[in-house]
Amino acid sequence: MEMIRTETALESRIWDVLHTVEDPELPISVTDLGMIDAVDVADGHVRITLVPTFSACPAIEVMREDIRRRVRELPEVQDVQVDLSFARPWTIARMSERGRQRLVAHGMAVPAARPPARPVACPFCGSTNTTLENSFGPTLCRAIYYCNDCRNPIEQFKPPHDS
Amino acid sequence: MSLAQSPLGRRDDLRAAFGGYLLALADDELVLGHRHSEWTGFAPDIESDVALSSVAQEEIGHARLFYERAGDLLGGTPDDLAYGRAPDGFRNAVLVERPNGDWGFTIVRMFLYDRADAVRLDALAGGPVEPLADLAKTLRREEKYHLLYGEQWLRRLAGASDEAHARIQGALDAAWPEAVGVFEPVEEERTVVESGIMTLDAAAQAERWRREVTAVLEELGLRVTEERGGPGGRSGTHSEDLTVLLGDMTEVWRAEPGATW
Repeated sequence: MEMIRTETALESRIWDVLHTVEDPELPISVTDLGMIDAVDVADGHVRITLVPTFSACPAIEVMREDIRRRVRELPEVQDVQVDLSFARPWTIARMSERGRQRLVAHGMAVPAARPPARPVACPFCGSTNTTLENSFGPTLCRAIYYCNDCRNPIEQFKPPHDS
Repeated sequence: MSLAQSPLGRRDDLRAAFGGYLLALADDELVLGHRHSEWTGFAPDIESDVALSSVAQEEIGHARLFYERAGDLLGGTPDDLAYGRAPDGFRNAVLVERPNGDWGFTIVRMFLYDRADAVRLDALAGGPVEPLADLAKTLRREEKYHLLYGEQWLRRLAGASDEAHARIQGALDAAWPEAVGVFEPVEEERTVVESGIMTLDAAAQAERWRREVTAVLEELGLRVTEERGGPGGRSGTHSEDLTVLLGDMTEVWRAEPGATW
């Protein structure tokens, strides 16, 4: 029983650390993005399962290394392994409400967590009178829209295509 | 679970066949990704420049994932496999090593290849090797944007001026025989299919691909003139174009093998 309590406390400290590890390209933590699939602890050996938003995202290795280094700093932790998994794929529904709000505050449009799909709303003026300019943008997870009302270009957080 | 630890990966008789098949997939994605990257800074408009750069990054990232899994079975890191082999060790389709030519050829090739890749990923996604089926399902959702992009441009160019239509027809005539070659079976095809790793063999995949792409091409008033496939590339027989491409791509690696930065 003692063992179980200790590990639960450690797990929760690991989650606390994970909440502070951010995507190097966006102001959002890996937990708010919904990238952490599992945290398994056994005798100080930690295994964290990470689910990429886009499998070819070059930020994955940066996040992986950040997670490894930061979790390793916890005194009870002996070693940390961060595995990538595609078994339960990332979807926009995995993003937390707080994460979504941070991205919107950052000036991004974020799709609805669940169907039905809604028109892209301009993060600056709220208008849905927007047009897709490019389904590819500065990173794999962004598309470019244009707001026909306030005339600003918009970056949309682009999830993988489910059809 | 890594591929080497999966039930099929633990079978010695299948490991080499399976690894060889994955190399062909990885080589396709790497070589076409490299060709797409050559548009960075040169595409017809800024949106296409961003799009092709992004597609290139994604194809090369997919290649890396396939190389990791091939290396799991055959040995070697993704860098060893990508940069350390001679041209005749590459198993990519000849189609993807051809120079970009004009924008029309790039788009026609992208359409034909991405449609073939989609059929192939479907066959893997339905297979029993979970680490590979999961990966195929993931890649399929990402590749969908490439498919939509290529087809949208194809429709636009084929439906534009007579000159544009003629150039697209010319690009199709040039690309078609080698596009059929994407489905040239790898040497280990029979072993891979009989093991059940893929739910459709290369011939059945080719048939589905042909049906799907010709439906779109005919709708756009384009003709498939050459039915016979050319050399595919799966057995390591390539054009001089691949030697030039690899010479370019591996120059830094060869200057200081094993360097890290």
